[in-house]
Amino acid sequence: MAERQVSYAPTEELELIRSTAREFLADRLGIPVVRELMMSESGFDRSVWKELAELGWTGLTIDEAHGGGGFGFVELSVLAEEMGRAVTPGPFLASAVLATEAIKAAGTAEQQAALLPRLASGEAVATVAVWERPRGWGLDDVATTATPEASGWALSGTKRFVLDAHLADLLVVAARLPDGEVGLFVVEAGASGMSIDQVPALDPTRRIADVVFDGARTAMLLGDGPGADALARALRLGLVALANEQVGGAQRCLEMSVEHAKTRYQFGRPIGSFQAIKHRCAEMLVRVEQARSAAYYAARVTDDTDELRVAAPLAAALCSEAYLWVAGENIQVHGGIGFTWEHDAHLYFKRAKASTLLFGDPRHHRRMLGDALGL
Amino acid sequence: MSDIDRVDALVDRLLAEHSFDDPQAFWGAQYDLGLAWVWFPEGFGGLGLARGLQSRINRRLEEAGAPTWNRRVNILGIGMGAAVLAAHGTDEQKRRWLRPMFTTEEIWCQLFSEPGAGSDLAGLATRAVRDGDEWVVTGQKVWTTLAHIAKWGLLVTRTDPDVPKHRGLTYFVVDMQAPGVDVRPLYQITGEAEFNEVFFDEVRIPDDQRIDDVGAGWRVAMTTLMNERVAIGGDTTPRGSGAIAEAVRVWKESRSDDPVLRDELVRLWAEWEAFRLTAARASEMAKAGTPGPEGSTGKLVWADLNKRITSFTVELMGMDGAVFPGGYRLIRPEGRDEMPPQKAFLRARANSIEGGTSEIMMNIIGERVLGLPPEPRVDKDVPWKEVPRG
Ligand SMILES: Cc1cc2nc3c(=O)[nH]c(=O)nc-3n(C[C@H](O)[C@H](O)[C@H](O)COP(=O)(O)OP(=O)(O)OC[C@H]3O[C@@H](n4cnc5c(N)ncnc54)[C@H](O)[C@@H]3O)c2cc1C
Repeated sequence: MAERQVSYAPTEELELIRSTAREFLADRLGIPVVRELMMSESGFDRSVWKELAELGWTGLTIDEAHGGGGFGFVELSVLAEEMGRAVTPGPFLASAVLATEAIKAAGTAEQQAALLPRLASGEAVATVAVWERPRGWGLDDVATTATPEASGWALSGTKRFVLDAHLADLLVVAARLPDGEVGLFVVEAGASGMSIDQVPALDPTRRIADVVFDGARTAMLLGDGPGADALARALRLGLVALANEQVGGAQRCLEMSVEHAKTRYQFGRPIGSFQAIKHRCAEMLVRVEQARSAAYYAARVTDDTDELRVAAPLAAALCSEAYLWVAGENIQVHGGIGFTWEHDAHLYFKRAKASTLLFGDPRHHRRMLGDALGL
Repeated sequence: MSDIDRVDALVDRLLAEHSFDDPQAFWGAQYDLGLAWVWFPEGFGGLGLARGLQSRINRRLEEAGAPTWNRRVNILGIGMGAAVLAAHGTDEQKRRWLRPMFTTEEIWCQLFSEPGAGSDLAGLATRAVRDGDEWVVTGQKVWTTLAHIAKWGLLVTRTDPDVPKHRGLTYFVVDMQAPGVDVRPLYQITGEAEFNEVFFDEVRIPDDQRIDDVGAGWRVAMTTLMNERVAIGGDTTPRGSGAIAEAVRVWKESRSDDPVLRDELVRLWAEWEAFRLTAARASEMAKAGTPGPEGSTGKLVWADLNKRITSFTVELMGMDGAVFPGGYRLIRPEGRDEMPPQKAFLRARANSIEGGTSEIMMNIIGERVLGLPPEPRVDKDVPWKEVPRG
């Protein structure tokens, strides 16, 4: 499999997206707001979603005909990176990436026309309900069933670890069709036979819920047929967005450490003058840059299905481990203060750990990479 | 009668004559029989015997199901304060403090770290000024575990800012209920407040609560820290207990047969076993009076392994590991709570910070054990008040 030639040169447009995002997140979703949201019941504030919609974030990769921005994944990844940097809470990954991409990949033209404008405008938040078992990241693990009815379908089964389900107006649900294929169904919030139960999350800035389907009715099967390939693509794109988010978070941890190492004095010297700390910070930089390369590359090959099968798990495995390591060492460099609730280090550490669990652990990603390489 | 027979007979008597229903009374009786710290002098909770006999006593009490959790509840007192009083205290001080410490009627805390002095403990700034038979203390301590329930605190202060930092320190026992002591909770990564910041505003301490000489505070602090690092990570525990037990439990519960995960689990098990065997060997060597380098590795290795094992345990749980049972609540920890793996994972991050960071432990191994030259010191012969502080 050949590597693709891609360009990393920052364009004016990308830089503008980045600086606008950084400014907005600092103004509107600074750490004090993040802390407030993370201790709130729902973990998010719907009025913020409206603002994100006005900025064009909720429909960034939706085409203009459907009210979106018509941008590509490189632009989206810049947003993801900035949101990772700011540990931004909310359903961006669930709605603007996973659900949006699933609908784009699987939906018929009519279905897309019915759904995408609602997402782009911010009127509706969506998520995907795929996983059912704690280590069941593969689509083989989908056991929820879809039974045809006079008009539409009835879904039965239990989905777990569904991102932001309690905030969602639409759920894209993976369920087995009668022929055993995985189909993607769109269920509206409030549908009878569906109950949503938020569970306390290790990372309180990204919420998860259990969703039980007990004969829940829906009329919409995306693409009117099997959707496993579309879902696999959406999940890979989710990994790419997540990897870029992880790079943003790791970069922020590196910056916190370096800043602290320069200003914290012990034994009459800045602690950054001790090689134990200086080398640690240098290693953080090395790991962040390796991770960044994989994440940036993946964001630039999303239109190439074969290459994405390599680039997405590659980025996911590297960025997951790099972020978790850097976020942990950031606590260590800070000493006692890094262990406190009051310091921001734990927000990143929890985000980093949860991110290595929710979308597949690094071993799972390496297994996928090995498969893609035919090893 | 051999020492072993004598101790065994006393343990028999303790077990026969005292019920487990009233733990504090039981611990009082244990103290009075000299079975609290068997190597301390008679009358101070000991019998003046070999220190190694204590583990025999503890093991026998544990096997009999007797209450032994006083060491855990009052770890800073029993684990460290007692050793300080034994080495540096007057008989009057030992008489006054050791018994209620052992019975947990009086909880102790350790007031060492300050916002400006953590790893560099000797750089601390809390001032104590003599006023007749009393000392007047003003300053701030931080990360003080148990300060909110403690009766007494082990306190290091600066009494002379004009000499190099190690020489101007004096050590006290402070009454945590004295006027001018203000304890405020500090919440940690888990949402709980195990530790505190403690403010001293002209707190008066009688001179008879000074430990050892004026200016000898560093020596006493070192006794405290040596014992802290033994209390953390120096325990000899049964095979397969501790953090690895939880990993094994979660592995079995998951009924996974993934060979990659299994290999990682067994690797960690092996590393934990090597740590455990090292602690056992170190304690044997120490008893025989020939402690070697093995004794200084415990805290360092324990911290690293605890972090890795608890992280792996959460990973074994897959997406269930991304759940935090009960959610985050800003509260005081509730006594002897069960700790779910996710919380243990977060809590373990402190292991390489509390009681001396792993970097400092490695400096100590490098310099004291291996005899490598120390880093150049900018603060060595400089009066404390002239040391740069950022
Ligand atoms: C859970 C917990 C409980 C605690 N309980 C208590 C208590 O009851 N009483 C008490 O007095 N203290 C307590 N402490 C404080 C603890 O002892 C200090 O946090 C620790 O000594 C580190 O000091 P610091 O936090 O100021 O970090 P700093 O000393 O500022 O260290 C920051 C970083 O610099 C590194 N560093 C510093 N100097 C060097 C050097 N010379 N070479 C290489 N690296 C260096 C450190 O290793 C660390 O990575 C507790 C801490 C925790 C986390």
